[in-house]
Amino acid sequence: MKRRQFNQALAAAGTLAALSPFGIVRAQPKTLRVGVLLPRSGVQAGIGQDCHRGVEVGMKVLAELGLPGLDIMNGDTESNVDVARSRAERLIAEGAQLLVGAFDSGQSTAIAQVAEQRGIPFVINIAAAPPITEQGYKFVFRNFPTAPMILRDAFANQLEVFAAAGAAPKSAVFMHVNDTFGVAMQKGFTAVMSKFTMPYTVAGPIAYDPAARDLSVEVAKARATGAEALIMVSRLNDAILITRELVKQRWNPMAVLSMGPGWYEDQYLRTLGKLSDGPLSFVPWYDPNKKLSKVLEAAHAKAFPDINLNTNHIYTFEALLVAADAFKRAGSADPKALAEAIRATDIKDNVSTGPGIQFDPKGQNDKLRNSAIQNRGGKLVAVAPKEAANAKPELPMRPYSKR
Amino acid sequence: MPLEIYLNVAASGLLTGLVYGLMALGLSVIFGVVRVVNFAHGEMMTVAMYLALVLFTALRLDPLVLLVPIAAALFVFGYLLQSAIINPFINRPEHSQFMLLVAIAIILVNAQLIVFGPDAQGVTTGYTYDSFQLGPVIVDAVRVYAAGAALVVTAALFSFFRFTLTGKAIRACADNYDGARVVGLDVKRLYALTFGLGAACVGAAGTMLILVGDVTPAIGPAYTLLAFVIVITGGLGSMPGALLGGLLIGVTEALGGVLFVPSAKSMFAFGLLVLVLLFRPQGILGRKAH
Repeated sequence: MKRRQFNQALAAAGTLAALSPFGIVRAQPKTLRVGVLLPRSGVQAGIGQDCHRGVEVGMKVLAELGLPGLDIMNGDTESNVDVARSRAERLIAEGAQLLVGAFDSGQSTAIAQVAEQRGIPFVINIAAAPPITEQGYKFVFRNFPTAPMILRDAFANQLEVFAAAGAAPKSAVFMHVNDTFGVAMQKGFTAVMSKFTMPYTVAGPIAYDPAARDLSVEVAKARATGAEALIMVSRLNDAILITRELVKQRWNPMAVLSMGPGWYEDQYLRTLGKLSDGPLSFVPWYDPNKKLSKVLEAAHAKAFPDINLNTNHIYTFEALLVAADAFKRAGSADPKALAEAIRATDIKDNVSTGPGIQFDPKGQNDKLRNSAIQNRGGKLVAVAPKEAANAKPELPMRPYSKR
Repeated sequence: MPLEIYLNVAASGLLTGLVYGLMALGLSVIFGVVRVVNFAHGEMMTVAMYLALVLFTALRLDPLVLLVPIAAALFVFGYLLQSAIINPFINRPEHSQFMLLVAIAIILVNAQLIVFGPDAQGVTTGYTYDSFQLGPVIVDAVRVYAAGAALVVTAALFSFFRFTLTGKAIRACADNYDGARVVGLDVKRLYALTFGLGAACVGAAGTMLILVGDVTPAIGPAYTLLAFVIVITGGLGSMPGALLGGLLIGVTEALGGVLFVPSAKSMFAFGLLVLVLLFRPQGILGRKAH
């Protein structure tokens, strides 16, 4: 090549580079590094592992939807608030650009403080304590109902269930687990109930230790009230223990009305078999009639054929959906740009019950609605609200002694 | 609140307390003779619970049938543990013994996590949901069987120490270490035998407790703590004291839960412990240190 030809080629290349829309400066990251914090060991290990199933299936569904890839960095909170805080710090130090988690209100509160201090967006998958989104945080978002929202919908859905079944209890006793979530629910219970005309009077509350090995005393105390229905805010292991005690103490309430996890979870269904049928859970759930719900159901059934799709999977998936959607719109992994994109989220094609995913100025999705679901033969059916239901409620519950 | 609830709860607490007593008996026997505090006691009990779970799941063998084989297996485990690992630590400072047994506890918990995972698991037998109605009192059948088995094992252990030559030799070691050596007793073997017997107690208790509740690797430390509360209340080193402590803690927790707040029922067990430590530091049936 002659010198003149070389100079011409160099000039042409330089001009092309300057005009190219694909310059290095304009390159966008292909993946977002998402730190997923879940209680994968300790007291809540079973639920943490269940949430992780939502991550595994969710990643496949997000790819099917054509959303950008997420690079998942796992962190185990060990069901411990202090560990949750330190794991969040570590994930950020290792390059996490967004955090998701952490199932538990106490742990999520700790992570929210870290995320806010470090300016890293945190999308809460599951945590119901109201104060988390009442702190004026700019980087914390929650696509999960608060305890008052859960209670409000629980009472509204109960009235719908009683009307549809043509039966309602006249008295109930309220038992709750004595942790952050249980106490938040207990505090809101009376206040929210007063806004509804419920058919029953309520005895209690009876609070119990979340790590209790034996709940015979608590159930005996509840049974002694002579209530027709049992209202529960529990976790998984205690739900199993309580059901066993109901059978042993020969107490057949006409309804078990649960306002928390436990009673609909697979381990509950598997452990108790036919004794698991009947309880109604008033929980954040999914609308089985939505298009994306069917996609998620199919992907979940393929990956975990023996496990029902549940709250843990749904809301963990939706937290990742929020992250991927915001990353796509922001076109950047810059934390501030991501936070602004999350704030502007408007996902109508989603899974959870309600009109879709949007966040209010506090970072809370206040449009979410809960469902009423019932255990039937090892499966779960949605019985209220009517527009998000796929079955009719069965009440009173069949007595344990006749199963 | 009707009287029947107190009777129901007291009966339940009494029966569960007997099984707790058997568990704590193992700890008391080991400390009373070997003078080593077994900080892996609850974790050893979860080993027994998992053994019962595995054998029940694989062979459909009832835990009541498995009581003797699992107690024997834990005896061998305890014997070997004492002979091979703990024995060299017998004359070392207490903090060395403490670290050794805590390390064993951590190893057991993590091994269980690796093998069985973190989920709670239990057994469901044909009588899991049975109960007996005695007038207004409903008694859980499983607790009755478990408490009955605990009483039988305890009686056997008492008889062994009282009527057999080996039992008397072990008591001699506990009473006077040097004297036992002077008269030619094989103290090391007797220590291993004692540790094995303590482990057998905890094995039997674990096999019964899997009938009453589920097992997870995480419950081991809670049971270790419970065993300590019981033996300190009853008297560290005292066999009848351990049984009495188990009964007292079982009933106190149960009635405390009914009379006050159920979520704080453990508080009453610890309250009892504080009272005992204040007014009778050696425990209810314990002997004063000379």
